[in-house]
Amino acid sequence: MVANQPEKEHPVPAFGLAARDPSGVLSPFNFSRRATGEKDVKFKVMYCGICHSDLHMVKNEWGTSTYPLVPGHEIVGEVTEVGSQVEKFKVGDRVGVGCMVGSCRSCDNCSNGVENYCPKMILTYAGTYHDGTITYGGYSDVMVCDEHFVVRVPDALPLDAAAPLLCAGITLYSPLRYYGLDKPGIHVGVVGLGGLGHVGVKFAKAMGAKVTVISTSPAKKQEAIERHGADSFLVSRDQEQMQAAMGTLDGIIDTVSAVHPIMPLIGLLKTHGKLVLVGAPEKPLELPVFPLLMGRKIVGGSCIGGMKETQEMLDFAAKHNITADIEVISADYVNTAMERLEKGDVKYRFVIDVAKTLQQG
Amino acid sequence: MAKSPETEHPQKAFGWAARDSSGVLSPFNFSRRENGDEDVTIKIHFCGICHSDLHAIKNEWGFAHYPMVPGHEIVGIVMKSGKNVEKFREGDRVGVGVMVGSCMSCDYCNQDLENYCPKMIFTYNSVYHDGTANYGGYSDMIVVDQHFVVRIPDAMPFDAGAPLLCAGVTVYSPMKYYGMTEPGKHLGIVGLGGLGHVAVKIAKAFGLKVTVISHSPGKETEAVDRLGADGFLVSSDPLKIKAAFGSMDYIIDTVSSVHALTPLLALLKPNGKLITLGLPDKPLELPIFPLVLGRKLVGGSDIGGMKETQEMLDFCAKHNITADVEVIPMDQVNVAMARLAKSDVRYRFVIDVANSLSK
Repeated sequence: MVANQPEKEHPVPAFGLAARDPSGVLSPFNFSRRATGEKDVKFKVMYCGICHSDLHMVKNEWGTSTYPLVPGHEIVGEVTEVGSQVEKFKVGDRVGVGCMVGSCRSCDNCSNGVENYCPKMILTYAGTYHDGTITYGGYSDVMVCDEHFVVRVPDALPLDAAAPLLCAGITLYSPLRYYGLDKPGIHVGVVGLGGLGHVGVKFAKAMGAKVTVISTSPAKKQEAIERHGADSFLVSRDQEQMQAAMGTLDGIIDTVSAVHPIMPLIGLLKTHGKLVLVGAPEKPLELPVFPLLMGRKIVGGSCIGGMKETQEMLDFAAKHNITADIEVISADYVNTAMERLEKGDVKYRFVIDVAKTLQQG
Repeated sequence: MAKSPETEHPQKAFGWAARDSSGVLSPFNFSRRENGDEDVTIKIHFCGICHSDLHAIKNEWGFAHYPMVPGHEIVGIVMKSGKNVEKFREGDRVGVGVMVGSCMSCDYCNQDLENYCPKMIFTYNSVYHDGTANYGGYSDMIVVDQHFVVRIPDAMPFDAGAPLLCAGVTVYSPMKYYGMTEPGKHLGIVGLGGLGHVAVKIAKAFGLKVTVISHSPGKETEAVDRLGADGFLVSSDPLKIKAAFGSMDYIIDTVSSVHALTPLLALLKPNGKLITLGLPDKPLELPIFPLVLGRKLVGGSDIGGMKETQEMLDFCAKHNITADVEVIPMDQVNVAMARLAKSDVRYRFVIDVANSLSK
């Protein structure tokens, strides 16, 4: 059996932070990237956002992790080399890579610009690439990626605060569009005010919605309204508040990934209202059927977005001055950041300053 | 002191009612209001037995009022029409479905969505604008506001058309609303009962490919050979179900008992829609991963508006669609209910009211 030797697998040396086992502790890791193919873009990673999914994955909470695991799918940087058939990018361009680095490119989903729903979609990390090798993510110094899965970061967006948009941003932007919750004047609820939620508020406001944040933490009310621009705030555990708000929302984007009751959320919806889940609790939730029927309501899901839409989202963000609220950290702080993230102690996304702080030795 | 059902209104009426949550139906003398300016008085010829009638008479949903005369798949002939009624005249073949009133002024009513009006009034087990109890179609006559009466197309037989007034519109409406009418797309229909069998017929008329999903292997021949379904899956056959994963654009779920949604969601392609029409008495378990990873959705739907109900009847008449019925006399209604509880009917009982309802 040929042992997997990450350092020798590919010709380009790379350095990053990897989890070795489900303890999730990240440590320095030497590996390698493939040579820049005809359609590939190679870039120096400047920043990488820490997504809550990274935390789930380093600890193998979804049972799909393989080790060593280099997380990171909110990656931004500067192009250093492009393959001979690359048309969209040139050296020096500011680019980003999100949650996917490949797909089949021929199924209906791929043809319709929703590569994220391709059954053969390849994740940016802990996935298996077309050449059979494991993919490693953005907690690393260099990325090589097929140009189709690279987006341009508009000049108007600062690289560090734009990084989280590559996952958190598209995760909220896509369902607001798909489920028709992007019409001016409609009333949208956002459940959870974390990495996803705070970006969701900004996008929904920019699309012209009235926004209510729904949260278990009363302490977040001031931030929600004064800092993120929400119009109102509901404490989900406060029965009276929830009762008074019944039947007021056209749609809700629920970012919470812990198991939680959705019946009260369905009650907040007007007739024809839509509850969209973007967090994925591991256990099934209770679905009360009567209110779904009596109000012709729906409960749907959404998972990131396609490449075309991801670019569209970044351009929209640039136009409306939307970035994530971030805490930039050095690479050696990453394990502490993960611990704080687990407790929800971050406003609202950690971003690793890779270029300045991720160094060998 | 409250008036009795018999004396409440000026027109005498007779029907069968449940007295308590045993659900046993028995003869019941009551009365109907005078035929108002907007009303039509209908001599009832047939009334379908909907599974909801069974849930209602046994108070399975917890809001029963007794005595309860069920029945909301009503067809009959107009005997009287009020002076403001232009759409109908004596002798017309008409039907009444699940609603007899709404506020007629809210956004929903103004958009022909009376079924979603917060003040919508059910045909039975409800209270009318005048504060009196509503009694349904297991009875000899009914007085209804013209807005809530539909015409039964000449081409459509009375007895086999009656179930369309609930079962028909209940499956037609979501097919239109959720965009499930594109020819060539693949629709799964869960449950081959009153709703399911009508859904197969309507779906085929829309040009869809149809697969019936049922827990009864015995229904395959019926589904495919007689009703025209393209395929059949036994829900308890995990291998066949697995082989069909990711093959359906939409699913209509007609099952009203608690059941698993996970395999149904897996049958959908990405962006697929699972529309549930049954009303189980407990919540269902909804797995979230498949919704998120495949951008799938679960939606509900509740009958249809009046305009849509007429549209559905005209569509069915054009495509020769009726329900498959077993006509029974009124005095067999309790036996029918017991059989319905065991799903022993192909596929709707219809009470021959005019010929069998006698005091």
